[in-house]
Amino acid sequence: MNKLKVLTNGIIKENPIFVLLLGMCPTLGTTTSAENGLGMGLATAFVLVCSNAVISLVKGYIPDQVRIPALIIIIASLATVVQLFMNAFLPGLYASLGLFIPLIAVNCIVMARGESFAAKNKLLPSILDGLGTGLGFTLALTSLGIVREFLGTGRTFNFPLYAEDLGSLIFVLAPGAFIALGYMIAIVNRFQKA
Amino acid sequence: MGQKLKSTLLNMVLSLTLVCAITSGLLAATYMFTSGPIAEAEALALKEAVKEVSPAFDNDPIADSFKFQTEDGYELLIYPAQKEGKNIGAAVESSSKNGFSGLIRVIVGFDSEGKILNYSVLQHNETPGLGSKMEEWFRTDKNNQNIIGRSLANGNLNVTKDGGDVDAITASTITSRAFLESINRAYSAYIGIDATTSASEQNGEKGDTNE
Repeated sequence: MNKLKVLTNGIIKENPIFVLLLGMCPTLGTTTSAENGLGMGLATAFVLVCSNAVISLVKGYIPDQVRIPALIIIIASLATVVQLFMNAFLPGLYASLGLFIPLIAVNCIVMARGESFAAKNKLLPSILDGLGTGLGFTLALTSLGIVREFLGTGRTFNFPLYAEDLGSLIFVLAPGAFIALGYMIAIVNRFQKA
Repeated sequence: MGQKLKSTLLNMVLSLTLVCAITSGLLAATYMFTSGPIAEAEALALKEAVKEVSPAFDNDPIADSFKFQTEDGYELLIYPAQKEGKNIGAAVESSSKNGFSGLIRVIVGFDSEGKILNYSVLQHNETPGLGSKMEEWFRTDKNNQNIIGRSLANGNLNVTKDGGDVDAITASTITSRAFLESINRAYSAYIGIDATTSASEQNGEKGDTNE
């Protein structure tokens, strides 16, 4: 398969958020601001690349019947590694993402890519697939974060653009996440059909 | 590409054991590598917070800190601030379980007259954009919402809805109540220890390393 195609597949054609609608929980929970969305996206992308790489390397040594537990152990360890590093070197971001970082372990995107792609492909395509899907996830979370932060608080990446009192708070809260995401999926669909 | 391992009991036990052993080794290594920086980052954050809310001190409030148990089961940490051997106030780490969601932890500084110098919210899970405004709300000069410079000597702070004179955060009265509750608790701990520390101070000057 064409390597470039593997990479862009996860970003556009099979974007985990806008097209596959996977991993909604961290998507809706962490995108209260562009910065949080970007942080969460990159953390997940890192876990995805590592887990895809590891899974494609060990796939021959894991018997089929225990492959899911083995996958979960691998992914959970990688998520914990990210959590510890973030806690140590990015305490501010860690405080605002909090619970969602350990939850990467049960993010269905990571499981899905490991099970459906990395377990059947060689190392390099698996890494590219993880990178593509991770970037697609990051792109979706960041853009959703930008929209919600802009409409809700009048800022973009903490940079004030208009008075905060004019923002409509609902976009920072959970209902606004659904509304914004719905419209963004509609827009993406419109352009993909064209 | 070789054939996959068959799902025999031995293979399954062996492969899972191996995966677990390797990943736990990886985790242990990461933990050892990051535990130092994590502790450092936390100590630095605490130091910054104490410095931000305390009067200008020349002792080490964190080394001198001690615990204070309130009657309703809260444990408060007190960081006494001293200058040239005299007590000039303290930073008090307080908390409240009555927030909108989960624990609210604040650190608040008092001067020797019991006036609030500054505060900082250490931890909370309040609604973003509503309750989370408490980080700035109660030190912003607008109507009656600023609590900086107020003294609690004449009684506890309360929101206007409860007959007090502090404006609650719009649409977040529960958070505001819990926040003021933690401030009031900090003050009661502060005056609670005041008597004991000033008594012990007369017994002997503490060795001051500076100057």
